[in-house]
Amino acid sequence: MDLDDTPQQAAHRAQVRSWLEEHASEAPVLNGPDALQDEQEIIAARRAWQGKLAEGGLAGVTWPKEFGGQGQGPIEQVICSQEIARAKVPGILDAIGVGMLGPTIIAHGTDEQKSRYLGPMLHGDEVWCQLFSEPAAGSDLAAVQSRARRADDGSWRLNGQKVWTTNAQFASYGLLLARTDPDVPKHKGLTMFIVPMDAPGVTVRGLRQISGEAEFNEVFFDDVALDADAVVGGEGNGWATALTTLMFERVTIGLGSEGLGYNSNRFAHAIATNEDARRDPEVRHVLGEIASELLAVRFTGYRTLTALQKGQVPGPEAGLAKITIVNGAIRAGELIADVQGPDALGKDSEWAYMISFLPGLKSAGGTEEILRNTIGERVLGLPPAPRLDKGIPFSELRSKEAAAA
Amino acid sequence: MNLALSDEQVLLREAARGALSRFKTLEAAREALDGHEDALPDLWPMAREAGWPGLLIDEEHGGAGLDAFDAMLVLGECGRVLASIKLLGHLAATAILNEAPAGASLLADLASGEQRAAYLPVKPPDDLAQEWTVDARVGSKREPAPSGGRGAPGEQVRVSGELAFVPDAPGADVLVGVAMLDTPQGTGGEPTGVAIETSADGVEVEPIMRYDATRSLAHVSLKEAPATVLDAPQSSLAAAWHLAQALLAAESVGSVETALDVSLGYAKERHTFGRPIGSYQAIKHSLTEVLRQLDNGRSLLYYAGWSRRGGPDEFALAASAARSVAGRALDQAARTMISVHGGIGATWEHDAPLYFRRAQLTRRLLGGTHGATDRVAGELMTAATAA
Repeated sequence: MDLDDTPQQAAHRAQVRSWLEEHASEAPVLNGPDALQDEQEIIAARRAWQGKLAEGGLAGVTWPKEFGGQGQGPIEQVICSQEIARAKVPGILDAIGVGMLGPTIIAHGTDEQKSRYLGPMLHGDEVWCQLFSEPAAGSDLAAVQSRARRADDGSWRLNGQKVWTTNAQFASYGLLLARTDPDVPKHKGLTMFIVPMDAPGVTVRGLRQISGEAEFNEVFFDDVALDADAVVGGEGNGWATALTTLMFERVTIGLGSEGLGYNSNRFAHAIATNEDARRDPEVRHVLGEIASELLAVRFTGYRTLTALQKGQVPGPEAGLAKITIVNGAIRAGELIADVQGPDALGKDSEWAYMISFLPGLKSAGGTEEILRNTIGERVLGLPPAPRLDKGIPFSELRSKEAAAA
Repeated sequence: MNLALSDEQVLLREAARGALSRFKTLEAAREALDGHEDALPDLWPMAREAGWPGLLIDEEHGGAGLDAFDAMLVLGECGRVLASIKLLGHLAATAILNEAPAGASLLADLASGEQRAAYLPVKPPDDLAQEWTVDARVGSKREPAPSGGRGAPGEQVRVSGELAFVPDAPGADVLVGVAMLDTPQGTGGEPTGVAIETSADGVEVEPIMRYDATRSLAHVSLKEAPATVLDAPQSSLAAAWHLAQALLAAESVGSVETALDVSLGYAKERHTFGRPIGSYQAIKHSLTEVLRQLDNGRSLLYYAGWSRRGGPDEFALAASAARSVAGRALDQAARTMISVHGGIGATWEHDAPLYFRRAQLTRRLLGGTHGATDRVAGELMTAATAA
C-alpha cells in the first residue's frame, strides 16, 4: 500500500507542474477582485484556456493519441487534476464532452465522426452537451420519448424535449438519446444522435433553480432535421451507447469526488473561525461525523483509482460515494447555518449557494433512491422489484400509463 | 498510488480466516453469556502458531516487523466471527515497547507469545484538553492518568492510578502504557512509557464481564506498583492510543461484513406477499445503507493503516475517523440485521444479538466512538486554523 507517486508518476507530475507554472498567468481569472464578470467573456476565455491545456497535454489525458489525447491512464488524469487545483487555475470548460461524450464517440462512433468532432471538442473550439434526461425520463432513462423518424432519403426528423442540460446555452453539439422505434420494448427502440445545437428548430431555455441562477437548460426540438450520418453506434443500439456514457460518468464521479469542493477541511474551517462553536460538543460531534465520512470518500477515490490502474471498471458502487458526499454536504450546510445564523444565508454567501444547490444535486446523475436500488441489486445481489414494463412495446406501455392516469 | 493488498497481505488474511474457522466462536460467545465463560476457546495458542503476537515487533527482536495495516487485517478477521482473542491490548502494548530500547528485554517473549502484554489506555491531549486521561468506571468524564516518581529509562519507579475497562488485561503478564512521572521541575509532569509486571505487589487486575462475553476486560488498580521506565518517544505513546482506535475500527468493520452477509442471505430467501423481502425497496435501501457505511469504514482503514508510518501527522485524524465511522457502521449493521430478520432477529438463539452486544459495548470502550468523532473535529479545526 502506497500513496506516493512512482518515479514515472512523479516525473509526470513534475512535467505538468512546470507547464502550469509557465502558463498559469494565461489562465482566466474567475475569482477575486480581478475576476471576469461578463458571461460571454468568461466562456470565451475558458474555451481558449481549454485549448491551451489540450496543447500542453493536460486535457484528454486518457484519450488515445490518434485523437489528440495523451494515451495515458487514469492515474495521470488524476495527477493533472490535482496539479490544476494546486495551481488554482480553472480546469477544462467542457468536462462533460471530454470526460464522457468524447469517450462514447471513441467507443461507438464512425471514423468520420471521430475525425470530425473529437479534435474541436478537446480544444474547446466546439463545446458539447449531454441530451439524455427528459421531464418524464430521468432515473428511468430508457423511457425517453423524444422521437426521431426516418425520412425516405435516410435523414431524420427529431421532435421532443430534454432537460437538466448543462452548457446547452453555448454548446455547438449535443449527444442525444431518442426513440426511433416505439413498437419494441423500451430499451430496444433507442438510437443515439449527434445534434448541431444551431440547427433550425432547436430552442434552448435556461432553467432557474433554488439559488435563482440558471445552471441547467431545457432544450426543445421542433422538427429538427438530422443527416443520416448523425447516428452514433447504430440504429436501435442507443441503450448500449448510453450505458458507455454512464460508465464514464461513474469514473468521473469516482475520481472527481472532491472536485465538487465539499471537503472536510473547508467545512472545518467554517466552524473553527467561530470560537464558541469550536468548543461546543454538539457542533464538534456533528462536524466530526460529517468530516469522517468525507475523508472516507477521498480514500474510496484512491481505491477506485487502484482498481482502474489494474484495468478494472468501476461498478455502480461509485454511486455510494456520491450519496455520502451530497448528504454530508447537506448536513454541513445545516451545521454552518446553525452556527452562523441568518448571515449564512446572505446574498453573496458561499454557504447560501451551497445550501440552495444541494437539494437538486441529490437527484443529479440518478436520484438517491434509484442509486440505492441499483447498488442493492447489482452489488449486493438483491432481487429486483417486480417490473411492469418488461417485454412490453413502448407504445403499449405509454397507452397503459395514460389509461391508468 | 496503490491501495491494493500485497500478496503477503492477502495470504495473511486468508490464513487468519482459515485458522479462525476451526473454532465455533459464535456458539461459544452465546454460551459464555449464559455464564459458561469456560466455553470460550483459548485462541492464544492459535495466535502464537500464526505469529500474530509478534506482528508489530521488529524482526531483530523476534517479531514479524509488520505495520498497522497488517495487524488490522488480522483484527478484521477476528471481528468477522466475534473471536474472543486477546490481541488488541497486546498489539498496542508491543507497539510502545518496540520503540523503547529500555524495554527491549521483554520483546522476545512477547513476540513469541510466551508472555502476553496488555495496553493501559491513556488518551493523549487534544485541541481542547491538555491532560492525558483515562476512562472512568462510571460516566464519561475523563479521569487523570496514573502518576509516579522520578526515574531514568530502565529504572524502576512506583506508579499509582486507576484504569477502568482495560482490554485484554485479565491474565496478562505485563501491562504497558503511560504514566505521568515526576520531573526535576515538579510532580506528575511528564507523560512517560511504563511497563508493569502484573505479578508485582500493588497491581490489582479485576476481570469484568460486561454485556459482551467475548470482550476480555478488567479494572486495573495500581498502588505504588513497581514500573520500569521506558524511553519510548512521546509520539509513540500517543500513537499507541490511535493504534488501538484503528485496531478496534478494523475489528468492527469485520463484524459489519458478517452482519451484512447474514442479513443479505435472509433477505434473498425469505418471502412475504409472494416475493423475497430483499426485493422491497425499504429492505434494499436499509441494506445499501449498511454497505455505504461499511465501504466508508474500509476506506478509512486504508487511511489509518497507511498513515501510522506514511503520514504520522495524520495518524490521529485517520485512526479517529476510522473508529468513528466503523463504530457507527457496526451499530447500524447490527440493528439492521435484527430488523431484517424480524422478530427472530431479537431472540437469544439468533446470532444477531451477539453482533448487537458487540456493537454496544465496543462503541463505549477506549474513549468511545463519540470521543473519536470529537477528535476528528478537533484535528481538522486545528489544521484549518493553522493553515
